[in-house]
Amino acid sequence: MKKRTLISVPVIAALVAGVLFAQDITTWIKKTAGDKPALAVPDFRGAGDAQPLMAVFNATLYQDLSNSGLFEMKPKSTYPLNNPQQQGDIRPQDGKGLALADWASPPVNATHLVFGFATITNGVFAVYGNVDDTRQQTVQAAQLLSNRYLGSPVEADAIRKAHEFANDIIVKFGGSASLLDSHIYFTSSRGGAGGFGTEIWVMDWDGNNQKQLTHLGAQLAHLAISPDGSRLAFTSWPLAGGQPQIGMVNAETGRKIPFYNQQASLNSAATFTPDGMKLFYSSSASGTPQIYTSALDGQGFTRITSTRGNPTEPKVNPKNPNALLFVDGNPKEQIYRMNSEGSGMERVTNGEGEASNPAWHPDGQHFAYAWTRGYQAGEFNVFVADIAEPQKYEQLTHDGRNENPVWAPDGRYLAYMHTPLKSRNAQIYTMRADGKEIKPLTTQGINRYPVWGVK
Amino acid sequence: MTSEFFRNRNLTLTATLLVAALFSGACGKKAPIPPPPAAPTATNTTPSSTNNTGTPGRPTATLTVAPARIERGGSVTLTWMTTNANDVSIDKGIGTVGSSGSQTLRPTDTITYTLTANGTNGSATATATVTIISPPPPVTPAVTRPNPMGTLESRLASDLKDAFFDYDSVNIRDDAHTVLVGNAAALRQIFMDFPNATVNVEGHCDERGSAEYNLGLGDRRASAARDVLVQLGVPEAKMKTISYGKERPQCTEATEACYQQNRRAHVSAGQ
Repeated sequence: MKKRTLISVPVIAALVAGVLFAQDITTWIKKTAGDKPALAVPDFRGAGDAQPLMAVFNATLYQDLSNSGLFEMKPKSTYPLNNPQQQGDIRPQDGKGLALADWASPPVNATHLVFGFATITNGVFAVYGNVDDTRQQTVQAAQLLSNRYLGSPVEADAIRKAHEFANDIIVKFGGSASLLDSHIYFTSSRGGAGGFGTEIWVMDWDGNNQKQLTHLGAQLAHLAISPDGSRLAFTSWPLAGGQPQIGMVNAETGRKIPFYNQQASLNSAATFTPDGMKLFYSSSASGTPQIYTSALDGQGFTRITSTRGNPTEPKVNPKNPNALLFVDGNPKEQIYRMNSEGSGMERVTNGEGEASNPAWHPDGQHFAYAWTRGYQAGEFNVFVADIAEPQKYEQLTHDGRNENPVWAPDGRYLAYMHTPLKSRNAQIYTMRADGKEIKPLTTQGINRYPVWGVK
Repeated sequence: MTSEFFRNRNLTLTATLLVAALFSGACGKKAPIPPPPAAPTATNTTPSSTNNTGTPGRPTATLTVAPARIERGGSVTLTWMTTNANDVSIDKGIGTVGSSGSQTLRPTDTITYTLTANGTNGSATATATVTIISPPPPVTPAVTRPNPMGTLESRLASDLKDAFFDYDSVNIRDDAHTVLVGNAAALRQIFMDFPNATVNVEGHCDERGSAEYNLGLGDRRASAARDVLVQLGVPEAKMKTISYGKERPQCTEATEACYQQNRRAHVSAGQ
């Protein structure tokens, strides 16, 4: 229908603008990973009955701040003997830890001090958290953050209050949206019926509280989550055999939401538009797989591509609903871009190896993807590139067994699928945007197709 | 006539017993202990005369065979006893025998033995018949003969083969075309045997390549195989294409042999 070689005027304009304002991908990644304020985080103490809860609180707070990648965490072994518990403890001069200069100078060399304490009063667990800039001359000028967090005097709430305080600190230092209430959804063989059965599972962003969301008795793949985190779309096969179709469930309850599938041998790989009102997906309704768009319920579909390959994985730019990335193969799978009505197709990746799984960063400027560059066919690594300069890229993983990257809502983390060489059972991992802080979140069963919801 | 026969026979038996009892008492020696009854036995005695004067009387003879009915290949014991006989013989090749005795025989067909006892004062005969019965036919376990057409699934499994593809390709190779020619012939016959059947033409991929891309690739492989089958006369309406991409592999090893097994078009029974 439309030739890939044609590039529309808007695309050219976007390209030119992108080149003009593009930031080097390596610089961007380092900035995304953090500009590294140096934090000293002495342990919070609890008054009376609050003290037993402080170990888990302190560990969670330190881990969240460390994992954010935004900070250089100063080792506790260098801390002074005394540390302040509240703003009133800070003195202009002390030499033993109660003055901010004691934390700014060697051996700590912290730019910021995170301190506070907790109490239990009338059955309420209260945490008082502070952040001071150690380089300021006056106590008043040093105060960056002083918040109180209330909860129940139980360990789960102590963990949550630590998450909340850490999140406030991250936001204060320029970090974007909170991950605290975000969840990662994925397909798992756990709870799946039969040899190939899979169901959708959900877990906290740090891998805790893993639980089965759906009980559909089918084989599920290719998850997508709506921008508001309320719906999940997926590809589904009947266990007894049958054509792949698109399904949809409520992300909170797992209940099915009606979706109209075209009469086709294949309907798959649906994704949501940034406003959550439409879908793009791949369907063979016209004879071969092509990209279609439709209303949220599958009605009102329109075909937008006519290629000779297998166009799939349409991903709409979160900042520009007119710009799509997608994957096509002619002959090998590569990442292409086009406008939302199918015009202006052009290849984004350079044709080397196989490239797939494009995932827009929340900024709409960068994207992660899976690429076999430098490896055998099928051995993917996660890369990041700027859409304005896709020929420049940064490789985040290096063992050739990583696919399906998706961004956290804050754009500082990625979840992805890693397939260990030995077990060959795929698992869900997260890593920071600079490829560091790699963390396995699942270990049981086979877990694939992660998506990261805002709630 | 029958009642007359039994009446005469009873009289004869009574006379024989009386003669035997008198003779044994007169000789002052014990009468031979008859062999224990072996039921059923075939016994026939035909004394020709009796004598109650103390002189040697006319000969008597008994001849029994036990068992009287055997399966072919079995054995019987022929037992006889005579009195007042100078010469005792049994026919059917047995020849002269003692005044009493027994002999194991293995007749092959139903046969009647006749003993002849000749004495000074006459002769007596006795007969015994062995009936050969045919063994019952061997009991063979009941065998459910398979439906010569089999099930649709079994026919697809036995009569059709997978058509294989090159990596990241939907082109029908020469070997795949040969397979599809055979599959088309088999499917035409199967649809004659199962007029209501439908089949799925499945497209599969190896584990390399992204899952999303492979789903489209599998769809195109299934369509390519289906199109060849249609060209070869298989009704298109009987076939539905399904892509499983790399979601349902036949094997999971990271070897080219395994990859090749998974790059295939496979025909399965429709729902």
